[in-house]
Amino acid sequence: MDASNAMLQRVEEIIDSYGCKRENIIAIMQDIQAEYKYLSRETLEKIAEKLGIGVAKVYSVATFYENFSLEAKGKYIVKVCNGTACHVRKSQPIYDGLREYLQLEGKQKTSADQLFTLETVACLGACSLAPAMTINDEVHAKMTPESAIALLEDIRRKEAVQNA
Amino acid sequence: MPECALTRTQFHLLQTESKDLLAAQKLKVLVCAGTGCVANGSMKVYDTLKAACETRGLNVCVALREEGGENSVHLKKSGCHGFCEIGPLVSIEPLDILYTHVHPEDCEEIIEKTLLGGEVIDRLLYHKDGQAYQRRDDIPFYKLQHRIVLRDSGKSDAEEILEYIANGGYSAFEKALFEMNGEEICKTISDSGLRGRGGGGFPAGRKWESVRRNVSDVKYVVCNGDEGDPGAFMDQGVMEGNPHSVIEGMLIAGVATGATEGYIYVRAEYPLAVKRLRIAIAKAEELGLLGDNIMGSGFSFHMHINRGAGAFVCGEGSALTSSIEGKRGMPRVKPPRTVDKGLWAKPTVLNNVETYANVPQIVLNGAGWYRSVGTENSPGTKTFALTGNVVNTGLVEVPMGTTLRQVIYDIGGGIKDGKKFKAVQIGGPSGGCLTEEHLDLPLDFDSLNKVGAIIGSGGMVVMDEDTCMVEVARFFMNFTQNESCGKCVPCREGTKRMLEILERIIRNEGELEDLDTLESLANTITEASLCGLGQTACKPVLSTLKYFRNEYLAHVVDKHCPHCNGRKRHLEINPKLCRGCGKCKRNCPMEAISGELRQPHTIDVTKCIHCGACWGACPFGAIDAIEEEG
Repeated sequence: MDASNAMLQRVEEIIDSYGCKRENIIAIMQDIQAEYKYLSRETLEKIAEKLGIGVAKVYSVATFYENFSLEAKGKYIVKVCNGTACHVRKSQPIYDGLREYLQLEGKQKTSADQLFTLETVACLGACSLAPAMTINDEVHAKMTPESAIALLEDIRRKEAVQNA
Repeated sequence: MPECALTRTQFHLLQTESKDLLAAQKLKVLVCAGTGCVANGSMKVYDTLKAACETRGLNVCVALREEGGENSVHLKKSGCHGFCEIGPLVSIEPLDILYTHVHPEDCEEIIEKTLLGGEVIDRLLYHKDGQAYQRRDDIPFYKLQHRIVLRDSGKSDAEEILEYIANGGYSAFEKALFEMNGEEICKTISDSGLRGRGGGGFPAGRKWESVRRNVSDVKYVVCNGDEGDPGAFMDQGVMEGNPHSVIEGMLIAGVATGATEGYIYVRAEYPLAVKRLRIAIAKAEELGLLGDNIMGSGFSFHMHINRGAGAFVCGEGSALTSSIEGKRGMPRVKPPRTVDKGLWAKPTVLNNVETYANVPQIVLNGAGWYRSVGTENSPGTKTFALTGNVVNTGLVEVPMGTTLRQVIYDIGGGIKDGKKFKAVQIGGPSGGCLTEEHLDLPLDFDSLNKVGAIIGSGGMVVMDEDTCMVEVARFFMNFTQNESCGKCVPCREGTKRMLEILERIIRNEGELEDLDTLESLANTITEASLCGLGQTACKPVLSTLKYFRNEYLAHVVDKHCPHCNGRKRHLEINPKLCRGCGKCKRNCPMEAISGELRQPHTIDVTKCIHCGACWGACPFGAIDAIEEEG
C-alpha cells in the first residue's frame, strides 16, 4: 500500500471514530491535521464522501478557520506570537529575523529544506513571557531575534546529525 | 430511570473522606503547571523534584488517595498562580512558602533544607525593595487582590477532583439540585447582580431566566472559552487551574434552566486547558457527577468539549454556536436571541468561563455575600490579564470598582524600566486606549463604557512613553481586519479601508483629511455592522484619535513621529564635499536649495519636506541627514 492510500485509510478511521457526524467536521479535520500537518485535496474529498456533504461545504469550513492548512508544512512549525502583549514587547523583529534566516520570500511560509514553517499566532496566552514563540507547540519565553534564530539553528544541527 | 453511580449519601461520604485525606497530608509541594510556568520549565522542576525525593527515600504521592505514611511528600501540579513573571513557582505547604524562579538545579537544596530541615531558602524567595517575602499573600502583587474565581488557583491540584471536593467543590451543585428549584436559582443569580464576564456585561440571571421560561424538548448550556483577545489569558488561567469550577457552574445552569447538554468551546491555542478540562470531565463522569440521573435526582447532564480552529469571530455567540454545529463560524442577525434559538436553534444559555466559575460561590454563599464585593451596578470581582510594559505581568483578580492606578501601580508595580506611563489598552480589539487622566477611574462596566473603553474580557495592556499610539491603532485594526468573517460589508470592506489609511499614516504619507475619513468610516462600521466584532472594531482607532490626536498629527503634518522614526532629522549639504554642480537644486520639488554654480549650496530647512530627491541626485555624497538634539 502506498503512502497516500495509507493516509486515506487513516483518515477514514478518524472520521469513523466521530461516528461520521457532520457536526464533528472541525474536530475531524483537527485530528487529521494533527497527524499529517495539512489537509490534502483527497482528504477533503474523503471527508465529504463519508459525511455525505458536498466537497464545497467541506472546503468552505476548511478555508474559514485559520488553523487549517491546505498546503504541506515543514517538520517544525514555528509560531511567533503577535498578540498585543508580545507586539508591544517587540515581537515583529523576531518574525522578520526568522523570515530572513529562513530565506522566505513573498507568501512563502515553509523553508526550502521543508524543515520549518513560519507562522504568526494571535496570542498564545503566555503574555507574561512576552515575546513568546512556539516550536511544534512547545512555548519558548522572552525571545529575541538572536535567541529565536539560535533555537532554529540548534534544530537544524540536530537534524543534520540525525540524517548523517 | 437509569441507576445513579453516586448517591447523595455517597457524595457526602466522599466529601468527608476527601477533606480528611487533604487534612492528613503533612507535606505538600505544589509545582505550578500553568502555561507560563510550563514554558519556563516547571515540568522539568517537577520531574527533578520527584526523582530527587525518591532517591532520598521519601514516599512521593501524587493522587489524593495515596497515603505515604510518615516519610511522605505530596507532589502536585497546581494551576496558575497568576504571577507568571517570577516563575517557575513552587509552593510548599503547610510551611506557607512560595519559591520563585525555581530551576532543576535548586531541587536538591529545596529537599535538603526546606522539606527535610524546615528551613527557608532566602535566595529563592520573592524580593522587592530589599525585603524578602515568604508568604505568597504578603507579596504586594497579591495583597491587594481579592480572589473568588482564582481562589484555588495555585493552591490546589488542578487535576485532582477529590481535592476540589475537599475544598467544598460540587456542594453548590448539590444544593442547587436538591434544595432549590430552577426559579430560585435564577433569582439568586439575578439578585447577585452577576454580569457576563465575556465583555457585554449582560445580567447572567436574566439570561438564565429567559432560557428557563422557554419551553423546549432540548436546551443547551454553552461555555465560551474562545478567549481570542490578544493579550488576554484570564479564562485560560481558570480552565487550567480550576476546571471543575467551570463544570460546576455549567451544571448549576443546567439545573436552573432544565438543560441537559453542555458544550465548552475552547480556543485551539490553549492545548493545556483542553487537556485539563478533558481530565476534569472524565473524572466527574467516573464519580457520577456528570451523566445520567446524577445523585439519584433524576437530573442528567452530559458535557462535550469543542476546540476552536483559530477564528476570533467565534467568540461571538451565534458564530460560536454555528462553529459547534460544524459550520463556518459566522454570526447571524439577531433576534432571535441565543436564549430563544441558540445551538441547533434550541434555547441556549451562553456565558463565558469566568461567569460560570463565579456561580458555585454565589449559590453557596448567597447573593448578598456576592453583592458585598464590588460596586452597586457591577458586583463581584473581575480578573484581568495585566501585560505589556508593566513591572509585574500576570493574572489579577480585583473587586469591581478598583481603580486603574491601583491595578497598574500597586499590583503591577508601575512601568517597566522606570519609564513614564502613556496609555492602557483595555478590552482588546473591541476596547479602547485610556490615558493618565483616566487612571483614577473605577473599573466597572459602566464607567469604562462612558470613556470609550470596555472591560471586555479583561485584557489590560500597559504602554509606556515610547509607544506610538497610531501604531497601536493600526495593530488592532490589522487584527480585526484579518478576523472579519466577511459576511457583512461594513466590517469586511470598512476595516480594510481603515487599515489602508492607518498604514499610510504610519508611513508618513497621510493627509489631514484622512483623520476625518477614519472617523466617518468608524462611525459607519460601528452603526452598520452585523455583530459585536464589527460594532466595536473601531474603538481602538476612535479612542486614540480622541486622546492621542497629536500623535496622528505628528505622522500627518510633521511627517515625523518621534516613536516610529526616532529623533527628528534634517538634511544638510556638506560644504567640503559640495562642488556646486546644481543637480540637487534642479531636483528639489520645493525649491528649498539655493547656491551659486561651483559654490557650496545650502538647504532651507523650513521649505524642505525630507523627500530625499537631492540626496539621490548628488553625485558627490555631499548630503547628510543630521539628527537633531532632544
